[in-house]
Amino acid sequence: MATTSALSVLSGSVTPARLRSYLNATPSVDEVGVTERVASLGTRSIKHGSKMTALLLAVTMMDLTTLEGQDTRGKVRQLASKAVRPDPLDPSIPSVAAVCVYPSMVPTAVAALGGTGVNVASVSTYFPSGQVPTPFKIAEVEAVVSAGADEIDMVIDRGAFLCGDYLKVFDEIVATKEACGQAHLKVILETGELGTLDAVRRASMLAMAAGADFIKTSTGKINPAATLPVTLVMLEAIRDYRSLTGGIIGMKPAGGIRTAKDAIRYLVMVRETLGTQWLTPDLFRFGASSLLNDVLMQIRWLRTGRYQSLDYFTKD
Amino acid sequence: MAELPAVRDDWDYLPSAQTAEMVAIADKYGLFIDGRSRAPKSRRYLDTINPATEEPIAKVAEAGPADVDLAVTAARTAFEGDWGRMGGAERAKYLFRIARMLQERSREFAVLETIDGGKPIKEARDIDLPLAAAHFFYYAGWADKLEYAFAGVKPEPLGVAGQVIPWNFPMLMLAWKVAPALAAGNTVVLKPAETTPLTALLFASLTAEAGLPPGVLNIVTGAGRTGAAVVEHPGVDKVAFTGSTAVGKGIQRALAGSGKKLTLELGGKGAHIIFEDAPVDQAVEGVINGIFFNQGHVCCAGSRLFVQESIHDHFLDKLRNRLETLRVGDPLDKNTDIGAINSAEQLHRIEALVSAGVEEGADLYQPDCALPTRGFYFRPTLFTGVSQSHRIAQEEIFGPVLSVMSFRTPAEAVEKANNTPYGLSAGVWTTKGSRILWMADRLRAGVVWANTYNKFDPASPFGGYRESGFGREGGRHGLAAYLKGPWS
Repeated sequence: MATTSALSVLSGSVTPARLRSYLNATPSVDEVGVTERVASLGTRSIKHGSKMTALLLAVTMMDLTTLEGQDTRGKVRQLASKAVRPDPLDPSIPSVAAVCVYPSMVPTAVAALGGTGVNVASVSTYFPSGQVPTPFKIAEVEAVVSAGADEIDMVIDRGAFLCGDYLKVFDEIVATKEACGQAHLKVILETGELGTLDAVRRASMLAMAAGADFIKTSTGKINPAATLPVTLVMLEAIRDYRSLTGGIIGMKPAGGIRTAKDAIRYLVMVRETLGTQWLTPDLFRFGASSLLNDVLMQIRWLRTGRYQSLDYFTKD
Repeated sequence: MAELPAVRDDWDYLPSAQTAEMVAIADKYGLFIDGRSRAPKSRRYLDTINPATEEPIAKVAEAGPADVDLAVTAARTAFEGDWGRMGGAERAKYLFRIARMLQERSREFAVLETIDGGKPIKEARDIDLPLAAAHFFYYAGWADKLEYAFAGVKPEPLGVAGQVIPWNFPMLMLAWKVAPALAAGNTVVLKPAETTPLTALLFASLTAEAGLPPGVLNIVTGAGRTGAAVVEHPGVDKVAFTGSTAVGKGIQRALAGSGKKLTLELGGKGAHIIFEDAPVDQAVEGVINGIFFNQGHVCCAGSRLFVQESIHDHFLDKLRNRLETLRVGDPLDKNTDIGAINSAEQLHRIEALVSAGVEEGADLYQPDCALPTRGFYFRPTLFTGVSQSHRIAQEEIFGPVLSVMSFRTPAEAVEKANNTPYGLSAGVWTTKGSRILWMADRLRAGVVWANTYNKFDPASPFGGYRESGFGREGGRHGLAAYLKGPWS
């Protein structure tokens, strides 16, 4: 269905020239203006009840992530249990949205999370570099989907994008989307490698037209990862894509979001850029590992008036 | 179009009020003359009210001619005394000290500014006060370097400066006027606006704490008559006025032949020009900031928007959507974007011009936001289908009201933008560098912003021409208004 909307945007078959003219219609981005807007949204004062609502919302939007070479099945099972019940002392805290792991860990995650309502997300397409021929990427996606992953986080071919081979990037996303079947596709732009906000905006438009359900900032393996300016530009692209095609695309900043305060800044930005309709795990996710405990800590502080050390929260 | 999830109404920003306990407001204020507060000889007082609640805040002295005379005499004595003989490096010490104290007490001043004037605390806190302190720092740096400011000009102060400032940026306008005057070695009699005198009086006490010699800065509060007494006083050597064009013209007439130096910073009807290749989303923010900053009570506000025809509808859609997210209400709420209109009088003026716009056939758009039941408030307003001949395209509204027109070619944009008796400010949004320069060459405005708007810096001169006044404030140029030279 997403490819249908892409085809309608691109009026028929996708050719390099059509793709280029579609991307050239993307408005330019003024970095100074973006920085100012981010700073201005950053002054929103979210206190008391508003803060509690925002923090609980943030929990439900989290893709609890472990993407290390040293990951073990045991670690993934621990993470899964944390995902279902983030605070063992407080059953009122909702589950997170998903657990995000490497392909080899998908069976373990699926076994641990079956029937809990928490999704299994897997990074794929030879994350994080994606530096293999396309057929390998597709084969990996198919394997991961058949192992039971609900969500696929793919990486785009940044080299192809930066050298102007937009069709290659487009075709790979289309093929990945097909391989996903029912699984949701998040397309990682790896904005830290794109160099300019103009490129971020164009890559966003490209990924959405090719069939992304979500666009995602980063792998977390490259610095800078998610930043507020990059996220704002991607949210603005989502807004434009909606008015251009009617398509509704989700957003996932990932990497480097560690504090509850940061999380609230992101939610404020979503609210004031796309509207409250986007404030659902179906359309907004945080890719994070250490964020959850800080959010839990703030929730406990709001509820009890006391700060507890990190030793009172499970490290998984 | 795919169906969006429902609007969430469970996450609104709850009120987040700035506390005001750090501000001590007296019931009654005297005049600040010769280093201390004194009761007015006029024995008259005016009420200053909080425009957000319509509650009276304090009684403030209304200086009569005898009071003004006392203030000018004190300023003259200081000028002919220690201050006039003081070296620049010594004057700089006072100015640096004032700048630092202003930074240290920034929140206190910001809160008082908001209470007395109605501007959102986030603007008073993040813009007015930091910029006011920055002006003092900037001109403090010039005080001992005046001989390098203008080649071949021996720096000599003018004497007593009579300064009359408006209510839209009370502390910032005070800083724009006082800092260069003192840096150049003049003394000052300043008349704050009738509706916003409190921060100037707080500033007076700050200068006393800073040890500024008596008489160097005098504050005479009051209304238009007091201002007239200041500018017409024969002991005043230099008049600086910021305010309406009508009053400015009156001052210029009154001073003709008097030999007094004069600078005027008057009204404007700034043109904000959006080309089709603009960074659209940032341009929308620029337009919002251009017209809704400080409720539109900004002389350089971008109150006329010219959008290139090819993106007009698209741009307006975005602008209308953005308007929906503006938060109008209690100025002391940290999340308020648009605060209270400064006075009932100003609110009536805005209402009258908006009615005129509707009667003349322009299309009005306002978001459906709730307004507080008490206080002076006005919804952010867009007019489309505006003609050059409409009053809303010609007259300065000085409120949150934007008149939108379109253009086809750069030449047409210039022609329409320049079709006003004012000449204060303009903004151009395009990614094409050469077009920015082409436009800036042709726009008749003292300030032309490129891909931004309402950007101020103490190092950058500001001012207009034609009906927007003359003279520059800020930067090296701002010193010229307070020094003798070939220009005077």
